[in-house]
Amino acid sequence: MTATGEHPAYAPIADDKRKAVLRQSLSVGIATGAYGISFGALGVASGLSILQTVALSALLFSGGSQFALVGIIGAGGTGSAALATSTLLGVRNGLYGLQTSRILHARGLRRWAAAQLTIDESTAVAVGQDDRRAGSLGFWVTGAAVYVFWNLMTLVGALVGNALGDPQRWGLDAAAAAAFTALLWPRLRSRDAAATMVFAVAIALITSPLLPVGVPVILTVLAAVVIGLSGGGRHEAATEDPELDHHEELGPDDAGEVAR
Amino acid sequence: MSSWTLVLLASALAFATKFAGYLVPESWVDGPRRSRVLTLLPVALLSGLVAIQTFGGDGGSLHLDARLAAVAAAIVLLLLRANFLVVVIGAAAVAALLRSLGWG
Repeated sequence: MTATGEHPAYAPIADDKRKAVLRQSLSVGIATGAYGISFGALGVASGLSILQTVALSALLFSGGSQFALVGIIGAGGTGSAALATSTLLGVRNGLYGLQTSRILHARGLRRWAAAQLTIDESTAVAVGQDDRRAGSLGFWVTGAAVYVFWNLMTLVGALVGNALGDPQRWGLDAAAAAAFTALLWPRLRSRDAAATMVFAVAIALITSPLLPVGVPVILTVLAAVVIGLSGGGRHEAATEDPELDHHEELGPDDAGEVAR
Repeated sequence: MSSWTLVLLASALAFATKFAGYLVPESWVDGPRRSRVLTLLPVALLSGLVAIQTFGGDGGSLHLDARLAAVAAAIVLLLLRANFLVVVIGAAAVAALLRSLGWG
């Protein structure tokens, strides 16, 4: 089987690319998992039992929602407030699924597993790859690595408390933002994606002081809709074949855009 | 509600939300324009998330602190074509160093 003439999405993954994807996936899994110790400690401190804290990591499995939930009940908030905030923060996972389902083509039980593993990290690694095979590999390995480390570290945190100390002391919060930035970085080559990023950052920052937690990120959907519907479709060419980058400057789409 | 009710209900709602994304019929997401929007969707959400992770504080307030310096360091490393791990560890090290010096 030769790769020539095939759609790039179905060509086998080269060894070096596979290694790069695995390296990204595992490092994201370990960095995120380390945060689990902090969640485990906070969960128990908020009044949940060890079993309940561990159950949240295994069943809910979405860091932002979990921290919000135990934060609210730990501060004496009502269960319904905790439930509402946790669910609102989880909405973005459902939106990720719209795209990751197209990358994974998972059916049956695999689809259930894919849904449970659909979180920021697995999605970021999946959409950061330049073809579907690598994206699918990145999704599964990252999802599994985060799941294993996150649950293991939650248990450790729930049992022995926060032995690492504040994870911020180690810069782990910044590591997450840096990892997402690095994963999105190659997409900047596409003008549509770059415009979407700028627009999304603006929406999130402008609305953050005004709206309930979780809502500003969901509102960034507007950026994807506006740019997606008005753009010339340059990003797919740019991500699937970097060679095209050099030619697209002169493409007919751009002439049209200037005229607009 | 009891703690177990909360834990199980929150987990069920979280899973239902995740699964819903996989149940959308393919005919809804067909066509080049919709496909473009869907491809950009995670890019938009993750960019918004990075913005909130970098600047966000309690109650949605915005702050300039060690996180911004760390993300800026990550961007410099990316411009220098550094390897993924170097970018992530470098950013964490910048944040940790600045905090150990008592800033941010």
